[in-house]
Amino acid sequence: MFKPSNHLLNKEIKEKKFKNLLSSITFFLFLPALIIIFWLFVKGHSALSWDFLLMDPIEGMTAGGIFPTIIGTFWLVVISVLVACPMGVIAAIYLSEYAKDNKLTRIIRLAILNLAGVPSIVHALFGLGAFVLFMKMGTSILAASLTLAVMNLPVIITSTLESLKAVPHSYREASWNVGASKLQTIRYIVLPNSLPGILTGVVFSVGRSAGETAAILFTGVAFYLPFLPKSVFDQCMALSMHLFTISTQVVGVPDAFPYATALVLILLILSVNSIAVVLRSYFRMKRKW
Amino acid sequence: MNKKIEIKNLTVNYGTKDVIHKLNLDIYQNEVLAIIGPANSGKSSLLRSLNRMMDFHPTAKVSGDIKLDGESIYIDEDSTFLRRRIGMVSPLPVGLPMSIRENVTYAPRMAGCKDQKELDFIMEDCLKKAALWDEVKDRLDGLATKLSGGQQQRLTIARALSHHPEVLCLDEFSIAIDPVTTMKIEAVLHELKKNMTIVMVTNVINQAKRLGDRTAMMLHGSILDLDDNEKLFNGVVKDQRTKEYIEGLFG
Repeated sequence: MFKPSNHLLNKEIKEKKFKNLLSSITFFLFLPALIIIFWLFVKGHSALSWDFLLMDPIEGMTAGGIFPTIIGTFWLVVISVLVACPMGVIAAIYLSEYAKDNKLTRIIRLAILNLAGVPSIVHALFGLGAFVLFMKMGTSILAASLTLAVMNLPVIITSTLESLKAVPHSYREASWNVGASKLQTIRYIVLPNSLPGILTGVVFSVGRSAGETAAILFTGVAFYLPFLPKSVFDQCMALSMHLFTISTQVVGVPDAFPYATALVLILLILSVNSIAVVLRSYFRMKRKW
Repeated sequence: MNKKIEIKNLTVNYGTKDVIHKLNLDIYQNEVLAIIGPANSGKSSLLRSLNRMMDFHPTAKVSGDIKLDGESIYIDEDSTFLRRRIGMVSPLPVGLPMSIRENVTYAPRMAGCKDQKELDFIMEDCLKKAALWDEVKDRLDGLATKLSGGQQQRLTIARALSHHPEVLCLDEFSIAIDPVTTMKIEAVLHELKKNMTIVMVTNVINQAKRLGDRTAMMLHGSILDLDDNEKLFNGVVKDQRTKEYIEGLFG
């Protein structure tokens, strides 16, 4: 009969303790998110209604709704993703599949990593200088979207690089071995198998842009506009900026309004992120290795 | 006999040390050349030089010349056409993450073949040659990555045959395959020899003895001994170490 020694028993107890520690830390990470959403809901639910979502802000933003800010955020996010996504993915494919490992490419990689850590207000100043003033776009949706795109590029590149690297090198070799070209290998072997990771990175960057305030502050977002944007060269309002405005800059806003606005913003981001989660699990189910 | 491949002064290094040093070797049409030798003697690097897989290695430097049918393989900047002429089976089985059908028809499809009938014919033919057809004929649309290691290895062989190579390079193809199936594949290789040239790296001395017409013994990046099998395995060696390696005393 096998009897566990003291050493083994101790090990088992340690194992259990460690597991409990890990799970409780994970739980405490999860808790703030829950509390925030719960609190926003408690404080803001009285203001939530279809009118709130679909009406313009009126009476100096102390009544009405947040419709133009939702529209503004939508356009900002869509345009920035349309710009950043292809550029980021193409750059990542180049870096991962074609670029030789030399000093230059190492510097480029390092620069991309560092770019991801640059504060968004710095990106805003860059956008102001490059797009608004130098390229003469003025403060506009286009300038703000491009600023967001620049901010998201390093994130998309890094996550795409990671997912490309996750495709085993032996697959590429097997494909080259039978006479497939580099491009064919990327098209038929590498991309199909890294798509879930790439998509996840892109969708998370959508969430990031939707919540971003600083980067669009100088480049295209107004405190208040009495009309909806008609083209990408107009300014617009944005959810995140509006939240800041009605919480701190305007007197006489009903208490529930900022909470309801924050709730809408957070639910928007959460729903976009959950699309990423669903996509990823769908692809993981279909995963072939 | 016709020289299919002529290797002249081939030197390969990965940055610092030469893994192959000034190697000269002629490979004849329709022969089976077995390459034996202890680990790290440059056998695999030699094979990988033949179809220019070294091009993709970031630090590998190759010098010297390799001629296929009298023409340098480096003449063309693009090496994909060369790889279609040389089939390569790597030591570790790699089923591409797609169906078995797609795996075997991958090479012809990448070469531009769209005719479904022809693709089906190639698939069945190659799977039969690799002794895999009977096991997978009912699950051709199943994932190749779900096959066992030995089956994937045979799939790799089928894939290498699918582009009708003139030269077939096998790098320890029987590593994950049971002896009975190995024998089946060896019989097929014997048959294939009529239409192609086979270069085979193996760690199984008996396999070299059974299959090879000639056997080359490699050590430290150069060829120690190269002769007909009848001579080499009957004690006619230029270097004593070859004999010792064959007898299992050294390596």
